[in-house]
Amino acid sequence: MARNIIRTSGLSKTYVIGEVEVHALRKVDINIDQGEFVAIMGASGSGKSTLMNLIGCLDKPTSGEYYIDGQDTSKFSPNQYASIRNQKIGFVFQGFNLLSRTTALENVELPLLYDRTHGIKDPVEKAKKALERIGLGDRMHHIPSQLSGGQQQRVAIARALVNEPALILADEPTGNLDSRTSVEVFSVFQELNEEGITIILVTHERDFALFAKRIIELRDGKVTKDFAIKNRLDAKEELKKLKEDSVLQGQED
Amino acid sequence: MQVKNIIKVALRSIMKSRMRSLLTALGIIIGVAAVVVMVAIGDGAQKQVEDQISSLGSNLIVITPGASASGGVNRGMGSFNRFTFDDVQKIKDEATLITGVTPIVRSGGQVIGGIGNWFTQIQGVSPDYLEIRSWKLKSGEFFTERDVLARSKVCVLGSEVAKNLFPDDDPIGQQIRIRNVPFKIIGVLSEKGQTSVGTSNDDIILAPSRTVHERLSGGRFISSIQVSAVSPAQIPKAKEELRKIMREAHKLTQGEEDDFTIQDQADLATAATETSKILTILLGSVAGVSLIVGGIGIMNIMLVSVTERTREIGIRLSIGARSSDILIQFLTEAVVLSLAGGILGVSLSFGVSYLLNNYTSQAANIQPEIIFLAFSFAGAIGIFFGFYPARKASKLNPIDALRYE
Ligand SMILES: Nc1ncnc2c1ncn2[C@@H]1O[C@H](COP(=O)(O)OP(=O)(O)OP(=O)(O)O)[C@@H](O)[C@H]1O
Ligand SMILES: [Mg+2]
Repeated sequence: MARNIIRTSGLSKTYVIGEVEVHALRKVDINIDQGEFVAIMGASGSGKSTLMNLIGCLDKPTSGEYYIDGQDTSKFSPNQYASIRNQKIGFVFQGFNLLSRTTALENVELPLLYDRTHGIKDPVEKAKKALERIGLGDRMHHIPSQLSGGQQQRVAIARALVNEPALILADEPTGNLDSRTSVEVFSVFQELNEEGITIILVTHERDFALFAKRIIELRDGKVTKDFAIKNRLDAKEELKKLKEDSVLQGQED
Repeated sequence: MQVKNIIKVALRSIMKSRMRSLLTALGIIIGVAAVVVMVAIGDGAQKQVEDQISSLGSNLIVITPGASASGGVNRGMGSFNRFTFDDVQKIKDEATLITGVTPIVRSGGQVIGGIGNWFTQIQGVSPDYLEIRSWKLKSGEFFTERDVLARSKVCVLGSEVAKNLFPDDDPIGQQIRIRNVPFKIIGVLSEKGQTSVGTSNDDIILAPSRTVHERLSGGRFISSIQVSAVSPAQIPKAKEELRKIMREAHKLTQGEEDDFTIQDQADLATAATETSKILTILLGSVAGVSLIVGGIGIMNIMLVSVTERTREIGIRLSIGARSSDILIQFLTEAVVLSLAGGILGVSLSFGVSYLLNNYTSQAANIQPEIIFLAFSFAGAIGIFFGFYPARKASKLNPIDALRYE
């Protein structure tokens, strides 16, 4: 049995705007084990981002329980939340959320500077390794505005994995990218997952969800489907196919 | 280790937003420099006035023509030039509480001699003048009562004049021509320094009063009479005595107002302080305004960047920064900028007051208290507006900070 890393029970989030209550999540129960690769799907407004933010400890639930790695988050102090975000979780946003005017290297280095546990000796070296492994070794000193969307998202992924988290969360990581670049990003996620990192991501596209191992579907703040994927796609192979296609197209022209 | 990292982050952030940093610091620089310089000018002016008055000699009493205007003080040339040598003689003969009396006959013009020519003022005075003004000779001698009565064409040079006309040789015994009248130099005065308007006290030629009166000023009246009292304590009595003598000399009947004004140093000081107080208030208000403008500038820049910075805080929180990390970072940024701005502002004010002191007639006297005051005020503004929004943002959920608009 793999170790349970995420467990929610009755997790609810209600936004109150003036008189109106928006029930973004209603009593969600989810269990996710170490090493899983979960795609969360659902219509716009179904509560995907809300769920991700709660799992990522970026926000707190209105009610319900959330255990991360067996620890009850409701008992956490703000500093413990910060430590969890720093140590256990790497978050990848749809909008990248990199620091502007800051080089890729410095962006990736940032989580290491807030690390209080390891006493990391050479954060720059570690950040370089993280960038190299997602194939951006030659773009370290570029600032975000000098990078393409796909490159920026890969910097964000490098930043998410530099602290060696158990869990990487990605909210529509490819939402702003073209399909070719998206597949590239998914192949990075698949690689990381193979190394044992748990991955949870949100995507709108069924095709991309098939790169995961399991799909959870939300509707109106509730889990409506939760199933394992049988015919899982390999992003590397898809990428190869895409390349062949474009070569063929090139010949046709 | 941890704090070192956060300070590194803060310094990086300052370097990343050079424009914002510069503008923030600029507000502080201008605010601090303006306040320090303005107050230094006010203070310098006041000092100059005080210096000038004390350089007059502490027992000095000055009689000027014309009634003193009510409330204000009549300074220098009045509308009535009615003093005569008889007035001076009468004071000399009758006053008991004085040690000396001199008429001041003003003239001026081109002086030729030595290595060239020089434009300066010439004062006709009596031999008592040096004692009254507590001035000394550097070399040679002063003229005597006999010289005055004989209208001798002798003179004593101020050190500035001596330096300019006779840079290399001894002027004593040499001839100069003042407005074409030949004078023999018999002495040189010691240096006295600057007056309140920045001109040199030493740019002057003294000559016997009657010589100047008849040869140079064309028989005009005496512009003032200066007297020294026997002691500061006797000044009020001496003034009373002088008043009686002058009224008699001018044949004023009872009920008629004085047609002259008698002032001692205290009177002069009050008048001068009155003027420089107004100056200080004026400059102080200008300085206050520039400090406020500087403060608003800082505020503006900080508030404008709040959205961007709140998002930045959201990013930092989302990757594991504690709110204390954020606070230390922003506090460091604000302190570094305020400190740098404050130091530059103070340096700027030192530069400006150096220029004022050396290249203009305006003296500036920088006061440490004002440096401290301006520094802490500007610093407080910088730190408050750099820190307060950050404090608020650091208390948000990361996701709320990221969504901030
Ligand atoms: N900060 C907020 N304040 C108020 N309501 C919110 C807030 N965030 C989300 N909601 C509401 O909660 C519901 C779920 O939003 P959420 O962002 O989780 O949807 P989503 O599934 O991520 O949608 P999308 O696919 O468009 O990103 C929506 O109805 C939304 O309007
Ligand atoms: Mg969403």
